[in-house]
Amino acid sequence: MTVRYARKRYWNERQLGRWERAYLPEILRGLALTSRIFLRNMGKWITGRKGALTTYYPEETRADYAPLNRGKHVLTQRPDGKPQCVACNLCATDCPAKVIEIEAGFDPSDAAHPKFPLRFEIDYSRCVFCGLCVEACPEDAIRMAKETPNLPSGDRHAMWLGLDELLQWQPQRDPAKRYPSAGAGRSR
Amino acid sequence: MTQDLVVTVIYIGYAVGMLMTFGTVLTWVERKQAAVMSDRIGANRAYVRIPFTQMKLIWLGLFHGLADGLKMLVKEDWKPRTYDALAYSLAPWVVFTPVLLVFAVIPFGGMLEPARLFPSLADWYGGRSYPMQISRIDAGLLVVFAFSGITIIGSMLAGWSSNNKFSLLGGLRAGSQMISYELVMGLTVLGLLLIWGTVDLDAMVRRQSGTVLGVLPAWGVVLQPFAAILFMTAAIAENKRIPFDLPEAESELIAGYYTEYSAMKMGLFMFAEFIEIAIIGALFTTLFLGGYNLPYMDDSGFRFPGGHPIALSHGAVVVTQLLVFLAKVLLVCSFQILVRWSLPRFRYDQLLSFAWKFMLPLALLNLMVTATVLWALQGSAR
Repeated sequence: MTVRYARKRYWNERQLGRWERAYLPEILRGLALTSRIFLRNMGKWITGRKGALTTYYPEETRADYAPLNRGKHVLTQRPDGKPQCVACNLCATDCPAKVIEIEAGFDPSDAAHPKFPLRFEIDYSRCVFCGLCVEACPEDAIRMAKETPNLPSGDRHAMWLGLDELLQWQPQRDPAKRYPSAGAGRSR
Repeated sequence: MTQDLVVTVIYIGYAVGMLMTFGTVLTWVERKQAAVMSDRIGANRAYVRIPFTQMKLIWLGLFHGLADGLKMLVKEDWKPRTYDALAYSLAPWVVFTPVLLVFAVIPFGGMLEPARLFPSLADWYGGRSYPMQISRIDAGLLVVFAFSGITIIGSMLAGWSSNNKFSLLGGLRAGSQMISYELVMGLTVLGLLLIWGTVDLDAMVRRQSGTVLGVLPAWGVVLQPFAAILFMTAAIAENKRIPFDLPEAESELIAGYYTEYSAMKMGLFMFAEFIEIAIIGALFTTLFLGGYNLPYMDDSGFRFPGGHPIALSHGAVVVTQLLVFLAKVLLVCSFQILVRWSLPRFRYDQLLSFAWKFMLPLALLNLMVTATVLWALQGSAR
């Protein structure tokens, strides 16, 4: 005796019409749809426009990065251009990926901030961009830019950035993250 | 004698080179076409760096096929502990070789007269002429079906000798599917055989350079549009590509009958599949799209309906025919890729009932109608 397995029928199950049951017209419709999209995109490519939705990372960057996107780190600077970091190692301690490496130096001539980073290095091949270092910093010495300029690389050794790359950011020119100038600090 | 040998060797070189090129380029075409169809860019990271410079040639990702081949070649050739090592290592070749052999009887150009093409060879070749086809066999179409039948043995051999239940299931599926669709494929072509009264592929192409009803080119697709659709469907099923890729359905059978194959053995299966796309393209072109000829064209030039014949030089005709054949094959290949990236996969019971309950009756019906119409026409002529 053969047992016929009855598939469960749902109350909102879509019933195929006669046209759809004929099968071939629907197949042709599907093929027409995909070939139309193919021809449209191909026409765009041939006439020198972009026929894809893909952002060709890293050659292209998306224009719609969120304003608070956590990108590449920047070390803020004092007005004289030295890093604001006091090498307290809080960020390195807090870092879940353990990518921050700081070597502290001592500068007796600067009485207010005698401790400063000799080396401040971030291994971006392991960084998870969580932003905990920014939150941990008591001195507002580390922030995160919106973008990740020049970061993608085919070589993991090129992704180990030090002080010279991280100090590229010019806080005086960033209206969103204004750096308190020396004069403003004194008048307050 | 030597002259014949030279020409045949050149033909074989051309055919093998063309099939290998198609096999490699189609991987690229498949990737790129799928990408463009779905609003993507497609694989374009593999490059060849010119030595001693930093110049990287990307060429729209054309080198990805090369990278694939290289990867297949240098990968570990892992072997399962199977009881039938001979069959296991033989199976990829049994799949791959017949696919190449099929092309031996497919004409890729009209008549070639070396003496007219190269006047300097005139006294050596004399008046000899060669059809552009590796071997001119009267039973051309039968040879095609015979060779493509061997492929079934290869995939079943692979499934059986891998000592793996997924492989065995895949091999069984491949066997039953290919036999079913082979039958449909043969029956669809019978209509054309009735019309043209020959199985010689070159003669079939020559019959297609005429016209029907005075205007339309006498292509197989005009004479037998229904058979063309059925043939294409059966051919895609025969090649086991989506929507008919049940033997290698990834979600259920990993890779079907070649689950246990690695490195270049697996590469041979893939390569055979891609070359078979080109073979199907060539076969469809030959049977239904007028072969190597443009509409209204034959070996002497164009002969438009009602207009003046335009004579072409022999060299122009040969070059046109070669290029037209390639272009048509590429177009049909592109259509197969379009189908592969548009349609969802069948269920296995649907697949077989589609073959036996839907396509086979339709093919028989097509054959019956063709036979009846031909009988009526010839009866009235007599």
